[in-house]
Amino acid sequence: MDIRERILKGDKRACARLITMIENNNEEAIDILKELYKNTGNAYVVGITGPPGAGKSTLTDKLTKELRKLNKKVGIVAIDPTSPFSGGAILGDRIRMNDLSLDKDVFIRSMGTRGSLGGMSNSTWGAVKVLDIFGCDYIFIETVGVGQSEVDIVKTADTVLMVMVPNLGDDIQAIKAGIMEIADVFSINKSDLDGADKTKVEIEMNLDLNEQKDYRPPVVKVSAGQNKGIDTLLEKILEHRDYLERTDKLKEIRTRNNKLELLKMVEEDLMKIILDKAVKEDLLENLGKKITSKETDPYSAKDEIIALIRK
Amino acid sequence: MDKPIRVLVAKPGLDGHDRGAKVIARALRDAGMEVIYTGLRQTPEQIVAAAIQEDVDAIGMSILSGAHNHLFPKVVNLLKEQGVDDVLIVGGGVIPEDDIPFLIESGVEAVFTPGTPTKDVVDFITNNLKR
Amino acid sequence: MFDDKKINEIKSSVDQWEKEVVEKSISRFPERKEKFTTGSNIEVNRLYTPVDVNELNYNEDLGLPGEYPFTRGVQSTMYRGRLWTMRQYAGFASAEESNGRYKYLLEQGQTGLSVAFDLPTQIGYDSDDGLSEGEVGKVGVAIDSLKDMETLFDGIPLDKVSTSMTINAPASVLLAMYIAVAEKQGVSKEKLRGTIQNDILKEYIARGTYIFPPEPSMRLITNIFEYCSKEVPGWNTISISGYHIREAGSTASQEVAFTLADGIAYVEAAIKAGLDVDDFAPRLSFFFNAHNDLLEEVAKYRAARRLWAKIMKERFNAKNSKSMQLKFHTQTAGSTLTAQQPDNNIIRVTIQTLAAVLGGTQSLHTNSRDEALALPTEDSVRIALRTQQIVAHESGVTETIDPLAGSYYIENLTNKIEEEALRYIESIDELGGAPKAIEKGYIQKEIQNAAYRYQMEVESLDRIVVGVNKFKIEETDKKELLKVDKTVEISQKEKLKVLRSERNNEDVEKALNTLKEKANTQENLMPFILDAVKTYATLGEICNVLREVFGEYQQSVIL
Repeated sequence: MDIRERILKGDKRACARLITMIENNNEEAIDILKELYKNTGNAYVVGITGPPGAGKSTLTDKLTKELRKLNKKVGIVAIDPTSPFSGGAILGDRIRMNDLSLDKDVFIRSMGTRGSLGGMSNSTWGAVKVLDIFGCDYIFIETVGVGQSEVDIVKTADTVLMVMVPNLGDDIQAIKAGIMEIADVFSINKSDLDGADKTKVEIEMNLDLNEQKDYRPPVVKVSAGQNKGIDTLLEKILEHRDYLERTDKLKEIRTRNNKLELLKMVEEDLMKIILDKAVKEDLLENLGKKITSKETDPYSAKDEIIALIRK
Repeated sequence: MDKPIRVLVAKPGLDGHDRGAKVIARALRDAGMEVIYTGLRQTPEQIVAAAIQEDVDAIGMSILSGAHNHLFPKVVNLLKEQGVDDVLIVGGGVIPEDDIPFLIESGVEAVFTPGTPTKDVVDFITNNLKR
Repeated sequence: MFDDKKINEIKSSVDQWEKEVVEKSISRFPERKEKFTTGSNIEVNRLYTPVDVNELNYNEDLGLPGEYPFTRGVQSTMYRGRLWTMRQYAGFASAEESNGRYKYLLEQGQTGLSVAFDLPTQIGYDSDDGLSEGEVGKVGVAIDSLKDMETLFDGIPLDKVSTSMTINAPASVLLAMYIAVAEKQGVSKEKLRGTIQNDILKEYIARGTYIFPPEPSMRLITNIFEYCSKEVPGWNTISISGYHIREAGSTASQEVAFTLADGIAYVEAAIKAGLDVDDFAPRLSFFFNAHNDLLEEVAKYRAARRLWAKIMKERFNAKNSKSMQLKFHTQTAGSTLTAQQPDNNIIRVTIQTLAAVLGGTQSLHTNSRDEALALPTEDSVRIALRTQQIVAHESGVTETIDPLAGSYYIENLTNKIEEEALRYIESIDELGGAPKAIEKGYIQKEIQNAAYRYQMEVESLDRIVVGVNKFKIEETDKKELLKVDKTVEISQKEKLKVLRSERNNEDVEKALNTLKEKANTQENLMPFILDAVKTYATLGEICNVLREVFGEYQQSVIL
């Protein structure tokens, strides 16, 4: 049985192998995705973002367990930062999801950012497609948690859940960075700590000020470690999903995201072509030197490179 | 970019001493590998399930409690049962020389005892991958 | 301690010496290294003189043995009155075999017992639990019920020996079993002497044999403090441990800091539970590591004593002098033992023994030469015991108290370690105390960083480990090692079957139900655990009831 059939049959090894191939930019993987793309669309994607230490992994673990009670198949992509120096990474989110390893209807995959800066990896999108094809009803993408640059998650998820903790001082940062705008649901984790109510009020106040969204994001207090409030949180996520589906916004969002992903892929391929040509003929190097010696200016230099493509 | 080698570092059984496992995990990361560290108290079943989902190239297990003769082969056999035969398996910890031949026979490719430089572990994994 | 004029004179002599004499030497023969450091990377100078300790006030900073701040020792006569307890950690396989080893050690002159339990026992699993497979009897003795405990101490009079039990999460259960065995021997609780390790915080930090989450664990610990202060007054209810923290890779200052921070957390918990500090603090004890750098270790113990005394007096307002005394047990550093050329370990352990004794330990375990490979053979453990005896009787270091005091280096280093430790404790205070700091991973990260640094030093030959990265040989010498095979697991499973058929299962059920009920209240659980233990409920059965009520700890912090 080849890998396509095995994935459709729910073979975890095949699913895992295909994700690896996508991460490694394997040509065959792209072909397989092309063929199986029509099998996607069933999975609902929830992006989980928030500062480091907020408890995203533990929360993902608990939300997954709630979904399992509803007999849903769940996929989890857990992303951790790749070291810019060594290219290696410690991927440790699984630790907080130990029980789920043996659940046959849960698939957990850890990924390193591998050079991408947005808190997610470039192949996250591809991995999500694979898990979709594999049959997941829900897919959680748990990002690195770099605070301000979490914007990528919006381009891949249907619902974005922001996890915060009391008193992190993040309230001010969040306003500055516009993070308040990207979240569809807020949760305050470790809400057994002092300051949880204050944080909730601060978030609500901010939401009052940002009146752009037609959907007012709910703010839910939870304590993942104590398994409190998880059912309410899931409810709110499902409510958001329901809202998107009722109003057809889901299609809008997915189309927007598909456009963005398409653009990204086109950009990447174009850059490859350009760099290939430019680097091959030492053009880039020479132009750089000419700019420094003022033999040419940056704008004319750019025109030269673009002319290459037009040829 | 070179695709990183993916390694699962696990502590099977009840042993709670993770200094070595953590040092190895860090050394592997510094050598450019992606290390999935599963933490303490892993059953052989959990280790195998994680290895499959993460599609790792190698598994490194650390035991200081003397339970290696039972737990290492169990992991190897479970992998075989699942049809996984292209994962490099190595182990380390407090393991007497006498026990090593049995472990090798059971399918553990190398056993790194106390005093092994991390470089040796990195090199062995890099040079002995099965795929 | 010295007057300013003399200090300045010394200072200028030293300066002159550095510039003229030393410079000349170095230009011909450079020193071996650019920078010299202790085992914990504290920089070490070429020479120490009164200048380096000129702020020292003898009475305030050193004082006298048995008096605040106890820098020089907690007893007024120290080893002149009584040598430290020679207490070798032992236990393996079955209760019968361990009983044999205890009797051997007592015959050979050991003065106190120290029980090592296997991992299933330490984590509250019976020998027939699925998770116990392969682990039964391997790192210590397997104790599944009171029956095994009775066998363990068969023929050993509990009113004559003091017993230390290295048990943490299920300490309450093992203590109850010990009390029950004593009762059967006709020994009343007041006569019992010993210690339970009972230090859950370090399990979360470095050792890993936790069961329940922090809150219920602290409840069990304070239950034990309260129960023993009334019923078993001669018992040391906790051994606040730095040994494992050091083994996990921390520096000497971190060992002191994190241990005392844990101590602070326990004292706070007990006070919160309504106990008066002077009622339980005298029974708190500590457990430290004896590492390679002899002089640094001596400074470390002295710094720890002084710092704890100050903490108990100033922070907790203790009034009883005994509350301020840091009494400790020491174990030589297991992580320094090499698998290569194992006999070298005897020398390492000797140096570490000297460190502990010169540092004023109350009790000592010395590792055996073969412990980087397996549990020790009888021969190896005898040598380890002899090491203590030779130091005690032949080396002369026990003839006076705190002999290294006054050394400019030792006093300077003692101060330095105390300062560093205090800084760490302040950081931990800012995070909300040790339990919070552990939750946030602060303590673990510090330890891991130190451990990684150490490993890199060894691999770059900045740090020499004889036989491992220098002075290596072709290892061919096969040593006789202790082996624990599967038969123990099989026989324990058999014993459990028999036990469960012979005991009164109704009584067991009743006791377990009562325990479950009480666990859901704020009552002290010790009496109910004692009741359950006497019905021959197994360790696993009792712990499972508590697991149901308290839940299990979820590890969450990594690298």
